[in-house]
Parts: sequence; structure tokens; C-alpha cells
Amino acid sequence: MAHLKRSFGIGLWFMFLTLPLVVVRVNTLSQEVQWRWSNLLWVGVGAFAIAWFWQFSINRRAAGRASTVADKPSLAQRLADDPVLSRRVLLGAAAVAIVFPWLVSTGQNFYHVNVMVSALIFVVLGLGLNITVGLAGLLDLGYIAFFAVGAYTYALLSKNFDLGFWTCLPLGGLMGMLFGVILGFPILRLRGDYLAIVTLGFGAITKIVLENWDTLFGGAAGLANIPRPELFGLLLDGRQKSVYSYYIVLALVALTIFVTNRLKNSRIGHAWMALREDEIASVAMGVDMARTKLSAYALGAFWAGLVGVVFAAHNNFINPDSFTFMDSAMVLAMVVLGGMGSILGVIIAALALKLLPEYLRAFAEYRMLVFGAVMVLMMIFRPQGLISDTRRKYDYDGADGANGEGDHGGK
Amino acid sequence: MAENKRSKLLEVRGLTMDFGGLRAIDSVDLDIFAGEIVALIGPNGAGKTTFFNCVTGIYEPTAGDVLIHPPGGVSRRINGMKPNRITALGMARTFQNIRLFPAMTVLENVMIGRHCRTATTIIDAILRSRRAVREERETVDQSYRLLEKVGLADSADEFARNLAYGAQRRLEIARALATDPFLLLLDEPAAGMNPQETSELDELIVRIRAEEQLAILLIEHDMKLVMNISDRIYVMEYGKEIAQGTPREIKENKKVIEAYLGEEVHA
Repeated sequence: MAHLKRSFGIGLWFMFLTLPLVVVRVNTLSQEVQWRWSNLLWVGVGAFAIAWFWQFSINRRAAGRASTVADKPSLAQRLADDPVLSRRVLLGAAAVAIVFPWLVSTGQNFYHVNVMVSALIFVVLGLGLNITVGLAGLLDLGYIAFFAVGAYTYALLSKNFDLGFWTCLPLGGLMGMLFGVILGFPILRLRGDYLAIVTLGFGAITKIVLENWDTLFGGAAGLANIPRPELFGLLLDGRQKSVYSYYIVLALVALTIFVTNRLKNSRIGHAWMALREDEIASVAMGVDMARTKLSAYALGAFWAGLVGVVFAAHNNFINPDSFTFMDSAMVLAMVVLGGMGSILGVIIAALALKLLPEYLRAFAEYRMLVFGAVMVLMMIFRPQGLISDTRRKYDYDGADGANGEGDHGGK
Repeated sequence: MAENKRSKLLEVRGLTMDFGGLRAIDSVDLDIFAGEIVALIGPNGAGKTTFFNCVTGIYEPTAGDVLIHPPGGVSRRINGMKPNRITALGMARTFQNIRLFPAMTVLENVMIGRHCRTATTIIDAILRSRRAVREERETVDQSYRLLEKVGLADSADEFARNLAYGAQRRLEIARALATDPFLLLLDEPAAGMNPQETSELDELIVRIRAEEQLAILLIEHDMKLVMNISDRIYVMEYGKEIAQGTPREIKENKKVIEAYLGEEVHA
């Protein structure tokens, strides 16, 4: 009852607020004022319904929090606990990913493959940032700068020194890593807001340097005629080139998943997480703060640099407009939306955030509106992200054996 | 035991810590010998936790010396050393306001304690080299054993944040033990515990000393616990050390009674 009353009040309030906007209309041609009262009714009913539904879901969530947490294992947890099931799911996903270009591209139509390549590039970026932000808890608002470092490394090396794609791929990653360490050093002691501002500044500086150093980076016009990845000197047509890029970036995605997964459950990954959870406690437990933070920055930046090379090669052309703050925010949104630290979640969020806008071009005008609304709703109803991070369970042979013996003795 | 008593583990000389114009610790001396349980007591704001922070490297003391003499190791002055270095040298601590890693499992919390005793590198971890696998195996087994010791083995896979308060305190102790210390520093381990939990803790601390053969320095307000288990007691007030001695001596010390214990002793 209190809900209804409150929703009713909210409805009235919205009717009052929107009165001048939706009801009164001055027709300047006929010089008369129109009163559209029916609009007001819709606003009232709409606000009432939304407010009621809102409170309903908040209540349900509050009630659900107490009971469902323990007894219902999430899908991700089930996958983590059941190696057979997770292997099957993984194999299935891999099979779909491998045949994908042959399913969607016919003849000279390879639009979907190109869309997928750019989506997968962002999957790698998301997984890379997931190391820095999701695992080590170091907010980075200028992550796209490392992506730019990789892209420009390849563009410049191929232009000036005629180095091939496969030589530049690791070099791009290493350059990203180097810049990660360069950024990491001065901000080791910073936390929270200060860290966010410095990384934001780093991203901005990178873009400004790229835009204004015309002689080296080509300025705002960027660099063109970047060679595509070569395949044993074979001549590929447009579609084959796209499919080839697709497989390269798919392999990178697989590599990223593999490496991140290994690291996450290792001594290093645990140290990152401990640092994220409580810096003072982890330092007091013997974790070297400087080294651990730097490694998180360096490894996060490594993937961005690596995939930057692929980006440059795939597009033939790069300019500073591909490396704006919006892109950094996009990658960060993928990590937050997907669930900090969760590999599966970040992949799903990255695909969703890149593919949906691409296929919903009709609604392009509302893209940012929907984006914002989704973010707000997620933070309220699922602050842990789409798929919350699962923890690995360890079995303890030695200890179990001892227990078992004890039990037998008792019997 | 008598032989052990002679070997000194921690030696603090004239430790002084200023925060701006405030002198939080004023030339405090403290010694800890092998196998001892030493308590540091004093009214709130006496500088006990600041003393801990100076000794464990969270703060760098303004003046004085903190010297450690690890058993079978090299003596060194550790003023201003980073906390992780000091932990690696063999001093581990717990915190007054519990500082666990809430979103990690109980077992993982203890595994972090093994961080400074293992050496798996990033490359090892990615390739799952023989060293990485072996170290992980050892870390898991040792951590699990420590959990058994403090009675938390059943909740090894729980998130640390879901543990009850007393269990979180015990987990902090297990995590500190995982770093293989020769000296364990406990900052108000019994704070917020009920009498039964406190007496279990009492037992646990004595048992740990015996099994792990380490010395323990604890800050505590629970006088019953302190008088029960301590070999020696140091008393601080307003940053100064006002007394030291055995529990019996402290109970009868005029200065201490005036400063702090008065009512409790007479009651």
C-alpha cells in the first residue's frame, strides 16, 4: 500500500515537472496556445507504472539477497566446478568461433566478419584491462593509450623500417608493456580518485602528442597504407584478408584467455587480488607492492599493444580519433559490466557492447542514452557485473589423507 | 626454555615517533626473547598500535633503533624498511580492525601469506612450470594445515567476508603464521570477542607458541587474557613506557595502577 501511495506521488510529481514541456505548446504560425492534456495523462500513468515496478524490483532484490546467495550456484560457478561441462562449453564456443566466417560471409560480402574482427579486438582490450582493473583493482581511464602505442608502433616500423606484421606483433606488445611501466612508476602511491585523474591525463597526453607531432605521427590525418598481415607472400583478396585478420585476432583472444586464466589462479594473480582487496594488509603479508602493481600495469598494457598492431594492420589506416577517451571508457565499461575479474563476463560484455550498436544502427541516436540507462540499472541491480568472479577450489591431498586415516581409526 | 630465553629476537631502543608536533611514542625500549609471550598494554591512545606500525614498517620511526636477531640469521636494523621486506625477514602481524581480503576464499587468504616464501614468476605461472605446480601444491597443503590448526578447515572455500567475527580473527592469525615468522605481533586479538571465544583464543595463542616455536608480542585490553598468558608485560601511557615486568610485578606496580589498572586490580 505504501508503495502504491509513493508511486502515485511520483506520478503526480512528474506530471507537474513535465507540464510546461509536454502540455503547453505555442503554435507560432497561428499564434495560439495549445493545451495537450492527454499527454499529461500518459506521463502520469507512465511514471506511476515505472515507479511501482522500480520499488517492486528493489524489494524483490532485497528479499532475494538473504535467501538465494548460498543455495543457488551461478552458471559460472557450475562451469568452474565441473571440468567436463566447462570443457564441452569451451569446445563448442571454439567450434562456433572457427566456422563463423564461413557461415556469415558469402561471395564478396564480408561485412559481418569485419564487424566481428573489431568486436574481438575489443574483447582482447577488455581482457587486458581486466588484469589491471578487475584483478589488481587499479583504475585506468587512459587504457586506450596503450592500444594507440601498439598501433603506431606497427605503422611507423612498417613505414620507416619495412618491418613485417609478424615481427611487429610482439614489438607492439612490448612497447605497450614499456609504456605501462612508464605510467606505472609515478602512480604507484596513488589510489582512487588521484589514480583515475593521472591515468585520464596520460590518455589525453597520448592523444594530443599523436595529433600534434605531424612529422612523426602524421598529425590528425593519421597514417595510411599500413600493410595488411602477410601470409607466406600469398596474394589475398578483400574477403580473404578479412577472414585472415579474423583468425589472427581470434587466436589472440584464445591466447589472452589462456594467459589471464593461468595468471589469475597463480601466486601472481593472488597477489594482485590481495592488493585490490586491502593494500596495507597485503604489504604486511609480504607482497611487494611496487613490483606487483607494475606487473599488473605492464601485463594489462601488453595486450593492448599487441592488439593495437592487429588493429592497425586490419584497418590499413590509423588516426588519433580511434584513441579517444570514449574508447577508454568503453573498455572500462566492458570490465565493469561484465564483472570485475571475471573472464567470461568481460568477453560477453565486450561482444554485447560492440555488436549491439553495430546491428542496431537504426537506433544509433539513442545509443548513449540506452548505454547510460543500462549502466545505472546494472549498478543498482547487479553491482558485481553480469557474471561475478568465481574462485577456484583447491583440493588438499595431504590433508585429506590425514583426515581419512583419522576417520578409519575412529571406526 | 631457560637457554632459549637468552637469545634475543627483537630489540627496540629509544623508539620515537612524531606526527607533526605530536610525539606519539617517546623513546620506548622493548626486548623480546625466543619463546616468550610479551604483552604491550596501556590506555587507549597510549601509542601501542603506532609502536606496532613502527616495528612492522608501516611507519618510519623519527628516531631510535629497531633491531632484529632472527634465529640462525643475520642481525639487522630495520627502521624504514618496507613492510613486505620486514615480513620476509620473519615478523608477521595481525590488525586491530580486521584486514582480511574479503572477496577471496579463506584458503586463498592464507595462501597470500606464503607469497614471500615462494618464487613463482609470471612466466612460471603462464607455462605452469614444474616450480609453479610444486609451489602451488606446497602452498595449498601448508595453508590447509594452518587452517586446521586454527579450526577453520571446514570453511576453506568460503569467502572470507562470510566468516563470523571470531573466525575472521583466527583467520588473520593463520594468514600471519603462513609467512613463517619467528615473531608474531597480534594487535588486540581478543577485541570484540565474547568470554568463550576469548578463552579459546587464549588456548590457541599458547598452543601456537608451543607448536610453531615462535615468540609473540600482543597488544590487548582484556586483562584476564594478558595476565594468563604473558611472560612479561610492558605498559605504555601517553607514548611513554611507564613499567615492565612479570604479570605479578605489573599488578603491584603503583604507577600502572594509577595510570590504568587501578579499578580493575582493586575490584
